[in-house]
Formats: sequence, structure tokens, C-alpha cells
Amino acid sequence: MIPHDVPTARQLVESVREWIERDVLTETTGRLHFHARVAINVLALVERELEIGPGQADRHRERLRVLGFESDEELAAAIRSGGVGESGDEAIALRAAVWASVRDKLAVANPKYLDADRG
Amino acid sequence: MSHDDFAASLSSLLSGASVTDVRRLSGGASRETWQFSADGRQLILQRQRVGDGRDMGSEVAVLRAAHGAGVAVPEVLAAATDPGALGAAFMVLSHVEGETIARKILRDDTYSHAREQLTTDCAIAAARLHAIDPAAVPSLVATDQLQLYREVLDTVGYPHPTFELAFRWLAANKPAPTRSCVVHGDFRLGNLMVGPDGLRAVLDWELAHIGDPMEDLGWICVKAWRFGSTKPVAGVGDYDTLFAAYRTESGVEVDADIVRWWEVLGTLKWGIMCIMQAESHISGAMRSHELAAIGRRVCENEHDLFLALDGRW
Repeated sequence: MIPHDVPTARQLVESVREWIERDVLTETTGRLHFHARVAINVLALVERELEIGPGQADRHRERLRVLGFESDEELAAAIRSGGVGESGDEAIALRAAVWASVRDKLAVANPKYLDADRG
Repeated sequence: MSHDDFAASLSSLLSGASVTDVRRLSGGASRETWQFSADGRQLILQRQRVGDGRDMGSEVAVLRAAHGAGVAVPEVLAAATDPGALGAAFMVLSHVEGETIARKILRDDTYSHAREQLTTDCAIAAARLHAIDPAAVPSLVATDQLQLYREVLDTVGYPHPTFELAFRWLAANKPAPTRSCVVHGDFRLGNLMVGPDGLRAVLDWELAHIGDPMEDLGWICVKAWRFGSTKPVAGVGDYDTLFAAYRTESGVEVDADIVRWWEVLGTLKWGIMCIMQAESHISGAMRSHELAAIGRRVCENEHDLFLALDGRW
């Protein structure tokens, strides 16, 4: 339970993004215009993370737990030192779990990238 | 150094040419770029910043060798590594008119003919630069790119399970070197000056080294350098066109699987470089929301690496 009043954090970020879209983009050109576009993309990303990030964190933790690890750092170190997910079902499960979290990251960072996936 | 002194120094470097219209174009992290007119001819000055440890003399040597080998590059008209003349290492280059912004090259009508020509032009440029005698540029060193980026990632310090899976695949599938050549090291859209007629100049030779020439062919195909286009070679062409034109120019048959291996390594490299770009913001080296945002592009490369490891790209 958070003590804050409305708007929510997501709604506040949204309000700034809408202002840049409505008033800044139309008044700028060149580098400033480009950097305003970048800002819009960053704010939209934060909005998505505020909305779906908490559920992603739970799923990411559960995927790591099933593999027997507590963090990406631990898992990365184990893959590097060998003996983890090198063949068979274990390899398939490892790849599926890590890829699932990558897709979650894309759902926040750049959902269109998944749409364009030809694979 | 005053503006007049600066112009006078440039003039004496260019046999007393009349130097006018000296203006600053941009200020990168490692060097300043100026444009000026010398006896009416447009020239470019690149001057190293204090504290940048790279050897500009090496870049000058490789640019001259590339020019001699028939690669489309700016001509080096004057250069020095000692700070006597201009206060820092510098090079004066011929000004090449054209566009480097990928979005414009890929979408503007002005470049519709260039887009048809660019894959072949790039193949020819690559074939010629790979034909440079490494002995002509003794300052270039051989680097094991796989080992190098392993160390870079460890130094930056953000472990990623996907990267470890990619490193594992790359190590297990590493091809024997095809040849040992001068490699550009950053041969991609963004570092290519393009005119309406096609490739005008290959720029940014700071990462040149000795290695497998297939590195350059793989790097120009990495998805990030397609800038949203579906065509694999710099967003404008297909693999077969690139390989055929390379063979015609060099006489060397290209093994597509080896280029693919380098493309996978390139995807991993760009993933690591995305972290570095974000880190340059986070550390305060260069505060920028644009650099910060690039950190969230790591997962694009991770996704592409999984497609590659699945044999689906």
C-alpha cells in the first residue's frame, strides 16, 4: 500500500510524455526534436515498466528458482564455468527460461521488436 | 590559441594556402572536428583531445594505406602526432560531400539509386582494404575479438546469462581464420559517407586492427546496423550480392557460415557496447538520456542471439 495521492507514478510520467508529444515536438527541429523523440520513448518505456514490471519480477525470480539460482549473476557465472545446461533437456529448459525473461525485457523496452520477429 | 593563430598554423601546414571559414563541426569525446577552406578547397581537421590515449598516427597510416589501395576514403593532406603545430595530434583530410545518417540513407528519395549500389560498393571497399599489406601499417596489432569482448564485459561488470550462452556457442563453433588482414573494425552504416551515386568514403578507422577479414563482412550485417530495414547488408542488400561482389573484386570465395559466426559475435559485441554506452551516462562521463536509453537495447541483441543460436535468423 502506497501513501501517495493521485496521479499514480505511471500517470505522472504519462502526463509529461503527452506534453512533449503535444507541445515540444511541434516546436522543435533537428537535434532538439530528435532528443525530444528519445525522451518520449524513454518515458513510454517507464510507463510500461511501472505497469507490467512487478509481475515480470515475480516470474523472473521463479524461472531462476526452478533452475536453482537466485540471480542472473549466479546463473551467468554457472554457465561460464560449465556444467549447466550443456545438453539435452537441461539445455532446452535453460535456453527457454533465459529467453522468456529476455522477451519480458523487450515487452518493456521495445515491444515492436517482438512484433518484427521473423523467427 | 587564438582564431587567427589557428588559421595561420593551418596555413603553414598547407604550404601557405589561404585559410578561411574555419568553423567547429562537432566535439566528440576523443577528438574535435573542424571544417575550413584552403585556397577555396574544403578541408576537414580532426584534432585529438587531451587525455585520449589512442595513437592517431596509426589511423593516419591506415588511411594513407587504404587510399593507396583504392578504397574510397578521405585523402590525408597533413598530419602529425607531436603537439608542436596545433597543440595536439591532428590530421587534415579532404572534405567528402555526402550523408552518414542511416535513417536518411535508408529512406530519402535522394539515395534510392545509392541504395541499389551500396552493397556492391561496400564489398569492393572491403575487398580492397583487406588487400592492404599489413606490413605497410606496422602499428596495427592482431586482436582476438572473442577474448577482447570477454574482457570488456568483465570490466564493465554486468553479467548476462544470454551473453554466456552466446560466448559458449561462439567458442564451440569458432572457425579457423580465413586470412590475416588489415580489418576496418567498425565497417557499418553510420560510418559510411554516401552520396546519391553510392559509397563516397569509408570513415572512422580508429578500431582498425589485424584479424580475419570476415569480421568486417559480419559486422556490416548485424541487425542494429540495418536500422529497422529487413535487408541484411547495411539495411540495403542481401548476402549473396555482398559475397559475389567481394569474390569478383578479391578473388576470394566467401564462406557464408564464417560470416554468420562473425555476425553472431557482432551481435554480442553490440549488446556489450549498449551496456558501455549506458554506463558512460551512469558513471557521469557523459550525462545523456540518449546514452542512458541505449542500455535498454541490450535485450534486442539478446533476442537476436537466441534466434541465431536456434538457427532461425
